[in-house]
Amino acid sequence: MEAQLPPYSIKMMLPELFLFVWALVVITFDLLTRRKSGSAVGYLAMLGLVICGGILSITGYGRGFGMMFINDPVAVFFKVIFLGAAFMAIGSSFGITNRKIVNHRGEYFGLILLSTVGMMFLASSQELLSLYIGLELTTIPLFVLAGFFKDDRKSVESGIKYMIMGALSSALLLYGISFLYGLSGTTDIVQMKINLAVTQLANEGDIGVILILATVTILAGIGFKLALPPFHQWAPDVYEGSPTPIAAFLSVGSKAAGIVAFVKIMMLGLEAFYDPVMKPNDWGILVGVLAIAAMVWGNVAAVRQSNIKRMLAFSSIAQAGYIMIGMVAMNQYGLAAVGFYTFVYMFANMGAFAIVTVVEDQTGSCKISSYAGLSRTSPFLSAALAVFLLSLAGIPPLAGFFAKYYVFAAAIAMAGSSNGHTWLYWLVGVGLLTTVFALYYYANVIKTAYFAREASPYRLRPLRPALLVIAIGLLGVLIFGVVPETIVDFARDLPYYIAH
Amino acid sequence: MTEYAYIIALLPALSFVLIVFFLRFKEFLAAGFSIAMIVIGWILSIVVLAETLGRGGEAYEGFFHITSFASLNFEFGILVDPLTAMMLIVVTTVASCVQIYSIGYMKGDPRFSRFFAYLSLFCFSMLGLVLANNFFMIFIFWELVGLTSYLLIGFWFEKKVAADAGKKAFITTRIGDLGFIIGLLMIATYTGTFNYGEVFSRVAGGAIPAGALTVALVFLFGGAIGKSAQFPLHVWLPDAMEGPTPVSALIHAATMVVAGVYLVARAMPIFSGSAEASLVVATIGIITSLLAASIGLVQNDIKRVLAYSTVSQLGYMIMALGLYGHDTALGHHSPGYYAGTFHLMTHAFFKGLLFLGAGSVIHAVHTNDIQEMGGLAPKMKTTALTFMIASLSIAGIFPFAGFWSKDEIVAAASYHPVFLVLTLAVAFMTAFYMWRLCFLTFFGKPRDQHRFDHAHESPRVMTWPLVFLAVLSVVAGWVGLPWLSQGFASFVFHGEAYHPHANWLLMAISTVVAVAGIGLAWLIYYKKKISADRLAERFRPIYTLLYNKYYFDELYDLIIVRPVLAFATFMWSFDNWVIDGLVNGIAKLTILWSDLKLWFDTWIVDGAVNGAGWIVQQGSALLRFVQAGAVQFYALFLLVAMVLLALVKFEVVMVTVDWPVLSVIMLAGIALLVLVSRTAHRAGPAEATADTGSVGVEKEE
Repeated sequence: MEAQLPPYSIKMMLPELFLFVWALVVITFDLLTRRKSGSAVGYLAMLGLVICGGILSITGYGRGFGMMFINDPVAVFFKVIFLGAAFMAIGSSFGITNRKIVNHRGEYFGLILLSTVGMMFLASSQELLSLYIGLELTTIPLFVLAGFFKDDRKSVESGIKYMIMGALSSALLLYGISFLYGLSGTTDIVQMKINLAVTQLANEGDIGVILILATVTILAGIGFKLALPPFHQWAPDVYEGSPTPIAAFLSVGSKAAGIVAFVKIMMLGLEAFYDPVMKPNDWGILVGVLAIAAMVWGNVAAVRQSNIKRMLAFSSIAQAGYIMIGMVAMNQYGLAAVGFYTFVYMFANMGAFAIVTVVEDQTGSCKISSYAGLSRTSPFLSAALAVFLLSLAGIPPLAGFFAKYYVFAAAIAMAGSSNGHTWLYWLVGVGLLTTVFALYYYANVIKTAYFAREASPYRLRPLRPALLVIAIGLLGVLIFGVVPETIVDFARDLPYYIAH
Repeated sequence: MTEYAYIIALLPALSFVLIVFFLRFKEFLAAGFSIAMIVIGWILSIVVLAETLGRGGEAYEGFFHITSFASLNFEFGILVDPLTAMMLIVVTTVASCVQIYSIGYMKGDPRFSRFFAYLSLFCFSMLGLVLANNFFMIFIFWELVGLTSYLLIGFWFEKKVAADAGKKAFITTRIGDLGFIIGLLMIATYTGTFNYGEVFSRVAGGAIPAGALTVALVFLFGGAIGKSAQFPLHVWLPDAMEGPTPVSALIHAATMVVAGVYLVARAMPIFSGSAEASLVVATIGIITSLLAASIGLVQNDIKRVLAYSTVSQLGYMIMALGLYGHDTALGHHSPGYYAGTFHLMTHAFFKGLLFLGAGSVIHAVHTNDIQEMGGLAPKMKTTALTFMIASLSIAGIFPFAGFWSKDEIVAAASYHPVFLVLTLAVAFMTAFYMWRLCFLTFFGKPRDQHRFDHAHESPRVMTWPLVFLAVLSVVAGWVGLPWLSQGFASFVFHGEAYHPHANWLLMAISTVVAVAGIGLAWLIYYKKKISADRLAERFRPIYTLLYNKYYFDELYDLIIVRPVLAFATFMWSFDNWVIDGLVNGIAKLTILWSDLKLWFDTWIVDGAVNGAGWIVQQGSALLRFVQAGAVQFYALFLLVAMVLLALVKFEVVMVTVDWPVLSVIMLAGIALLVLVSRTAHRAGPAEATADTGSVGVEKEE
């Protein structure tokens, strides 16, 4: 049989290509209107995301570009999350673009779209190099966005800090990838999995300690994206300095990108080395330890914050820890739980950040104390903030509760299913325990807003797009809290697809 | 509608959330919304009752499936059977009346909206408790009603007595709850489920050995003892009267306190399997009833008399259920189950009315002391009339509601001579203290002219609920007329339906007893033929004993509170002593020290100061290094952490891995560390702090 060129199927890439072109359109539009595009450019960007979602829904599943590009349910699921996060980030940005960066609206929105394109590529890549490039495409626009307030030293500093740390972690990731390539002789993740198994068999079960270096460097690289201790230290500083919607986008979109990268490399490529039996090359317990570190460190540090953006930064570090519990529950439930968790985390976190943005626009402060008495002047926004924070804390009947429930249930099922995984009980125990800390600092904000003696001097007037974002967040948190089955039914199949 | 019965519970939850989040400063809307929700709930409850009747009393069990994941099911369930349907009616009826009444009673209170929020939260919890289909859910709602009870007793927390009473109620009931949860866990461990139906069928199938069952049931009953204020945990209920009166009416008379009775009734299939446990229940019930009724004879606080009356009547119900369980276990027929649940319903109406009436009186004269009232009937016609209807009802006078239900309790006790005599004694005392209350409050000459002059009838928003409940206090009993072939007894029953028959002798006896009680009160307090003071003088020891409530509070104070406090004091003084001693000892040592050798002293201090200075210097240098150019440090941290991770992995395998590789890795790690730290130094710590450390300055990590 004649050798056939692999199909290119550019159709598979249509959503990404569209969004890329749209980003250029957005930037050009702003230029053509001589920087007087007003809110129109923002709406244009949001429209682009909606259209992209529509295209995504009709693209269908398939592969292309010599198996380098794959559109499977996992990819689509996370692409929806990326699009949603970008949509909500743009929606809550209008206050900033109207006031602070009047002359660079086009670039601001365009870069968010470009970063989203990178994330979408990442979600579809089935191959180490394209995965790496997707990750870079994601991150480089974010460097610029984090330092977008040129005249604000904090913002510039956070941009530079993020860039330095990002470059370092990229280097580490690339280093790890090179190890993997050296071990397996391929960059295709599925092929790599096979080759590694062959190598291992050939070496009578001993693949060589070099895999440890690969695992650790890759974990450091991805851990940076996920803000997973001990690779998390950039997060609070960068969140604090960067424009608030960008901080939100970092904490959801960028984190979800890290999750996808983890899924692709660790859960798919290095699946065989998850089990503690594979000592010393196993990575399951190692990631479990990182998850514990994230939950403990994030939650404990968040308690002491007086700046709400820093608090949310540490909270997002802790959330990554809970997500990692689902990751290391490598059974048919783990990834489903992770998918659901990320999905509802998007609603709650983007919603909370949207309100923080509104408050910051109005009061010029991110101090938790500036929320005092807000419940009297702005009852709706205060209630929305309370709902978002309670969902993040995992209070029923909000979606965040079921997110944690699924993650813990997956871990418990794994721990009980086979021998040698009882260590997962420890993760669940720490997770439950740290939830209490979490409740404390989330409730503290609510308490400040609700139980102040004086009414707040500010009356919040969110712009319409910000209200839309908050409404979407509320709907997500409430609906998926009452009927979590709707998303879980979809997420339940994810582990199946990642395994095949 | 029955399938959606959970909506009845969710409506008040909705109003709670709305009031807390949005309506805290819109009092009118808060109250209106709260009332609208509970009234809709009341209408829906009627529909549910009608449907349950239509099904012929067949139970409906619905599961509300939330999600199942990783073979763990997460679901709620509701059980709607005749008992539930009846409880729904009772709770929503009294709650509606109380909430409407509260508009008038709580008017002008600075926490008006919050009051309605708490009431709504309570209604949600209580309705959830009633609708639950398993022991786990009932326990959660059980604790929730306890919490709201605590919040509402201490609603006026500025008053220390109120705050203390809230605490006392919470702690006392918690003791009972400990028993509850032990019993619950025992049952769940043996049967492997919490679901009522499954538990009952498995227990019937012999899942629990007889001895263990009795123990578990007695523990389970502990929860009822706490919640329904039974002996010996009855002490919290009279104190709970410090809460606003509508709260007393709703929570501490009509609904929450009957949760214990409800629990026993609900768990009757297992109680009726253990004659011993049921006898314990019945005995506790009659002791409580007798004790509380006798205390009620001499109290002067209008609400406390009613509180003891409540405790006493709850004892009645508990006794009836206990006797039923006992008789059924031994294979006899008994009207006890029907009598207890029937009395639960009628009592809710007339006791709710009594409390609301008392609230109306207190609202008018601004005192709780009946010795300062008197002659109020002409001034407060509606209140007086409805109050007396309720008093006739609770005394058991034909044809008021209380007559029919109390009669069945007497009938249930009639198979046990001791119980029968005590039951009749309680009936006599009940009639006496209730009418003592009526005569002292509404008749005779005003004993405090000033208060009398200022007294006035309450606004309509308060009297209408009274009238409504008064009607119920009369007619609610008629659903259980012994001549009805399809009455209450053939609706709410356990096992086989009991067919009540009119026992004329018992009816006559109990009527005579009740009339005698009222008559004695009339002679003493209306006609003044017998002097109350002289009676008290003649029976001084008994009077003192009763007046001081059998010294239960003092007893508990002596055997529980004091020892705990004493222990705490002891610990404190021990602490004090040790610390004092240490301080003194150190002082002495110091003097000794300085006296001993001056040069040595100087040398040490100098050394310490220098040493401390050196440590501070080094430490600050380190800190500056950490702070300076945060990015470099972060990078270093990241790399070191990564190397450490790798090292950890290698250390695990130290025995199997060849050493050269390990050493190379370690060397590389150290080299990297040195390299990065040198770079960081070159950036210049001092300048870096000023330039790039702006975020670092505010870092609070």
